[in-house]
Amino acid sequence: MVPLLSIGVAPLSLETLVTLVADRGHDTGSDGAVATFLGLVRNHNAGRRVQYLEYEAFEPLALRAFELISEEVTRHWPGVRLALHHRIGRIDIGDASVAIAASSPHRAEAFSACRYAIERVKQIAPIWKREFFEGGDVWIEGATADPDDARARAEAERVACV
Amino acid sequence: MRVTVRLFARLRDITGAAELLREVGPDATIRTVWTQLVNEFPDLGRYERSISSAVNADYARMDDQVRDGDEIAFLPPVSGG
Repeated sequence: MVPLLSIGVAPLSLETLVTLVADRGHDTGSDGAVATFLGLVRNHNAGRRVQYLEYEAFEPLALRAFELISEEVTRHWPGVRLALHHRIGRIDIGDASVAIAASSPHRAEAFSACRYAIERVKQIAPIWKREFFEGGDVWIEGATADPDDARARAEAERVACV
Repeated sequence: MRVTVRLFARLRDITGAAELLREVGPDATIRTVWTQLVNEFPDLGRYERSISSAVNADYARMDDQVRDGDEIAFLPPVSGG
């Protein structure tokens, strides 16, 4: 049984996530929408030609972060079910580093929850990417990971609800 | 008290270790442990305002008290996604 929330080295499959979140049963199937997000490794960043990325995580805390994000989503959009898988290790150009699916009776909540989840991953999940480019490598450093930072949470909500 | 310190990404590159064992005083907070590390590895000082932490694999505040045997993780700014 594939869990809703996971982190590991295996390649990601959106179809797996869609199957996990969507209730398509004849009697139980109240979902009318699934929104998905797939984050890819691209071949350029900040003027550099990227060759591949290496992702590292503090795995138990990353799962804790995904649980917190899932709880926030459920609190904000009670009808939504979220699945979130993040890949770590070496990931080549064009391959997926993160996959998210959100199901809901209606599309607006599914889109919002999906967008909110990826914003929160970038804000709080203890995951780091090391970029290997032509001529060197560099750790990418973004946000200070603080799940209680109300301003960051509000920013994720703002972006998700436009 | 003895604590285990976990270091990730660039912090691990700076210290040359993913894990360190350190002795701390009885009233130590996470920030005490951090300050001790910065004294030992001055290059960590640039993370003074951007660092966050976890204790025993759950998010913590820098002012939280440390207990004997705790595993303290220091997290440089994250870049998942």
